[in-house]
Amino acid sequence: MLRLEKRPNPSRFWLYATPAVAVALTMFVGGLLFALMGKNPFEVIRTIFWDPVFGEFAFYLRGQLLVKAGPLILIAIGLALGFRAGIWNIGAEGQYIMGAICGAAVGLAVFPTENRLIFPVMIVAGAFGGWAWAMIPAILKTRFNTNEILVSLMLVYVAETILAKAATGFLKNPEGMGFPGSRNFSSFPAARNSYIVESLGLHWGGVAALATAVLAYILLTRHIAGFQIKLAGQAPRAARFHGVSPARLVVMCMGISGALAGLAGLFEVAGPAGQISIDFNTGYGFTAIIVAFLGRLNPLGIVLAGILMALTYVGGEMAATNLGLPSAAIQVFQGMLLFFLLAVDVLTNYRFRLGAGAARAAGVK
Amino acid sequence: MLIGGINVEILIASLMVASVPILLAALGELVVERSGVLNLGVEGMMITGAIGGFIIAVQTQSPVLGFVGGAVSGAAISAVFALLTQVFLANQVATGLALTMFGLGVSSLAGQGYNGIKPPATGSVPFGPLADIPFLGRILFSHDWIVYASIALTAAIWWVLKYTRTGLIIRAVGESHEAAHALGYKVNRIRLLCILFGGATAGMGGAYVSLVRVPQWVDGITSGAGWIALAIVVFASWRPWRVLIGAYLFGGISVLQLNLQAAGSGIPVEYLSMAPYLITIIVLVILSSGRGKASMSAPAALGQNFHASR
Amino acid sequence: MTELLRVDGVTKAYPGVVANSDVSFSISEGEVHALLGENGAGKSTLVKMIYGLVRPDSGSMTFRGQPYHPAKPAEARRLGVAMVFQHFSLFEALDVAENVALGMESPPPMRELAGRIRAVSEEYGLPLDPTRMVGDLSAGERQRVEIIRCLLQDPKLLIMDEPTSVLTPQEVEILFRTLRQLSAEGTAILYISHKLEEIRALCDEATILRRGKVVATCTPRDRTAREMAELMVGAALTPPQRHPGEKGEVALGLSDLSVDSPIPFGTSLKGVSFTVAKGEVLGIAGVAGNGQDELLLALSGELRVAPDKLRIASAPAGDLGPAERRKAGLVAAPEDRYGHAAAPDMSLVENAFLTAGVRRGLVKRGFIDWAATRAFAEEVIAEYDVRTPGPDVAARALSGGNLQKFLIGRELNQSPSVIVINQPTWGVDAAAAAAIRQAILDRAAGGAAVVVISQDLDELLEVSDSFAVLNEGRLTKPRPVLGLTMDEIGLMMGGAHGMEVAHHAG
Repeated sequence: MLRLEKRPNPSRFWLYATPAVAVALTMFVGGLLFALMGKNPFEVIRTIFWDPVFGEFAFYLRGQLLVKAGPLILIAIGLALGFRAGIWNIGAEGQYIMGAICGAAVGLAVFPTENRLIFPVMIVAGAFGGWAWAMIPAILKTRFNTNEILVSLMLVYVAETILAKAATGFLKNPEGMGFPGSRNFSSFPAARNSYIVESLGLHWGGVAALATAVLAYILLTRHIAGFQIKLAGQAPRAARFHGVSPARLVVMCMGISGALAGLAGLFEVAGPAGQISIDFNTGYGFTAIIVAFLGRLNPLGIVLAGILMALTYVGGEMAATNLGLPSAAIQVFQGMLLFFLLAVDVLTNYRFRLGAGAARAAGVK
Repeated sequence: MLIGGINVEILIASLMVASVPILLAALGELVVERSGVLNLGVEGMMITGAIGGFIIAVQTQSPVLGFVGGAVSGAAISAVFALLTQVFLANQVATGLALTMFGLGVSSLAGQGYNGIKPPATGSVPFGPLADIPFLGRILFSHDWIVYASIALTAAIWWVLKYTRTGLIIRAVGESHEAAHALGYKVNRIRLLCILFGGATAGMGGAYVSLVRVPQWVDGITSGAGWIALAIVVFASWRPWRVLIGAYLFGGISVLQLNLQAAGSGIPVEYLSMAPYLITIIVLVILSSGRGKASMSAPAALGQNFHASR
Repeated sequence: MTELLRVDGVTKAYPGVVANSDVSFSISEGEVHALLGENGAGKSTLVKMIYGLVRPDSGSMTFRGQPYHPAKPAEARRLGVAMVFQHFSLFEALDVAENVALGMESPPPMRELAGRIRAVSEEYGLPLDPTRMVGDLSAGERQRVEIIRCLLQDPKLLIMDEPTSVLTPQEVEILFRTLRQLSAEGTAILYISHKLEEIRALCDEATILRRGKVVATCTPRDRTAREMAELMVGAALTPPQRHPGEKGEVALGLSDLSVDSPIPFGTSLKGVSFTVAKGEVLGIAGVAGNGQDELLLALSGELRVAPDKLRIASAPAGDLGPAERRKAGLVAAPEDRYGHAAAPDMSLVENAFLTAGVRRGLVKRGFIDWAATRAFAEEVIAEYDVRTPGPDVAARALSGGNLQKFLIGRELNQSPSVIVINQPTWGVDAAAAAAIRQAILDRAAGGAAVVVISQDLDELLEVSDSFAVLNEGRLTKPRPVLGLTMDEIGLMMGGAHGMEVAHHAG
């Protein structure tokens, strides 16, 4: 009989091997799924994972990778800090929307003034919007002990309503001939999130994402705040014994993740999306949860995971146009990836053993 | 009876219908949480049930089979969660979130080609002349069988948890898995069965959305009902009858805001449509602020995995 | 007397450790049989096999002449084997009757069961109200729940795992009376303990285990406690050396400290006052669950109180958090090593940083000096003889005794002026326990004020200069250990209310 046995020490090998095994398993089972749907699994997998990087249109699609990976990385790093501390902010989508609205509102308020300071101020406003939205669950948690998972999630629905109001009401383009949506930032240079290296798809948001990854890595490995975050997640009572204030930690982690999500929203709305519209948000806030886990809650891992997840988006779109693969299949694919990751993860802390006999062999030396 | 342009009789009757999905889902989640498992994938199980039930109902043209199909699909997808958390000891919060995302994807994929189809109608139970009693007849005797079944399920879960050995064992496992294990109970097996039950009721709740409430198939049809169900379990401090009250309150709010929108009250539509979510938050705050009152009645082992080491 | 249970050549191994190796012994009907051994000697594994929780790798058992190999506890219970656990078998949020029902194969309806609980508990002199919530019961009452649960099933063999560790001396007497009554009625009792005087008072036969093997069998009444101790430990033990020093000025003072418990079903502290001087060891005794955990939290800074309720070197410190108290010179070691004193999944280096960052200057401008932290961890490992492959292994990989040595060393090596320790040697083998006690005494001799909270009376009498008892959150007035008799201690533990009057008067 196969049974689980706890390892005395977490396995370093499996810590790093888990994501690779999970990706392989997902490709295999995903391939079966595509075959069931009447597609050639090899062709689909190649379209998703190979063509965007090395295929015919790679010159364009490679750039798209970073465009999509940027916000995912930015949000996921913030979430990962919280998840490490056992603080579950799953309303990043809402914070992303609010950051975008705040930042865009600041920019649109001064239209058409041209000033070099406009974009930096918009960035601050975007971060503030996400931060403020995240402070609602944070403060309710610390003051009233309200469950942050449910509150942050409820606020996503509220943010979506506000977004609809913004696109059709207070931020609507006065020259838009009645169509919903704000002015487009592409015609407002001072407020535009422009590309720095266009062929790589690197805009200011991508720069922010990479810089944040490095900073977060240093925070987690060298700084006392990072130690406290890890400690609080692994052993909450030991964290209090160490002297961590749980309330301060909640405010800090929710604040950072909210601000980063807000930033991501601002960079998106002022750059690739171009305008506030009813559905400019494409679920990055939720996908970032997968990215955070896939990257093992490690900032550098998250960069790789973000690029991989961007690949499934870009490749998925290709597969949708070229092979008629429904976009929902990509969503299933991403969910499956997280499932396999969580399942394989058991090997980091446990090992499988065959029945009692194996245990005896190990014990009597 | 009319108050502020709203017919109270119809309001009560329709809130009973509107709250069925969250009531069913919350009842299942209550059992799951009582056994010490936090399954955040209610939304995913509901929407899988919604499409599963819809497909079966359309294919067989039998609404009853549709609900069975919803329950089976909900249970099937919850089996993934059960496998991951009870066998592979994966983090329950992360797995629950994954379940929701996976469920949304699967339902959308399975629902391709079912847009715009009408499912077979679920008729109301014929009570004959009872339904004609003024006021009460409309409220009590005008519903389909699922409405009554959901109330019966509330009573059944209350009775099982309070008076039967099965219920006692479920509560014991949720209270202390170590103690239950020491007495020889199979903790993970009991939890696994509870998770499947929770999946089945959530799936049925989802099927009610696609077969009765809407009734048709649209992507993301459950629109957060699963999360509301989770909130209601906390609201109810893990007690079945309070789940019923919570679900009816929430159902009432959402029906009321729709009525107010229709009645053209002066309140902007945006505020009305965010009202259910805001009110849920406010209720959660009030309940949890009473010096940790809600958290005091939470099952002690909630959210913790169990591994029998020695 | 007829033989009831025979255990023959039983072996059970876990990865890295052989818990039982070729263990044999037998019990007759009505016999009280002691299973004696240190922590980790394999007693618990052995009884878990008899109770069907664990299956032996090899060997055989016979029960009432029939081959006996229970696959699960339910089967053992059906055949008449019952067990009173040391920990982990009661449900705090359920009532007494429900707890009893969970341990029975086919319990009668609740109302009938409640009646039977009342009847049996009266019969054996262990009064118990079936409708009370277990979380509200004292440790002694909780044990009654377990015993009644067993008695309701007319056991042929009753296994008791360290039953007296949670009882006051008076409660121990009541328990022994019950056990003698049971034995007179023909029930065999397998009694696990490492308390030798108790075994001499109660048991007919004893089997002594050391490192999973039977090393001796004896009739306890015919042996001295010292002889049995040496059989159990396998070496002659030297009691720790005291260097009685001069008592200095007061280093830690509590005045009328009351605080609500943050723990569900916990005990709040009510008007606790004491002072400890430099060089003094204050021992605080009490049955588990009488406010020990809360007292530690209040002292470590995890629970904050009004500033002047707690003074360190006469400076108000009640409102300081753990890190600030460490800065002021107070270090603390909580009882629970896996999750409170240490993060089990983190390495020893990280766990060293957990408390030593402040006093050892391991943080510079918010950044952690990992090299210095590692050096500190290595210093503790070397100085306190912690057996570990290195400082990078996870804390959970260390045995209880080794981890405790590391954690105590971590606190003691921060040159503290006040040391607070809850249960310094709980679950630690004799050699390590002796080393830990010696280290504590050495710090006191060096001028530190020490508070030791423990449920082990012998330990407290060995290390303390003064002695007080926690009872339902109240602390008796500390008294000098010299000249204190066991009867007086029993009285202090039995009812602190009388003492409370004296305490307010004085």
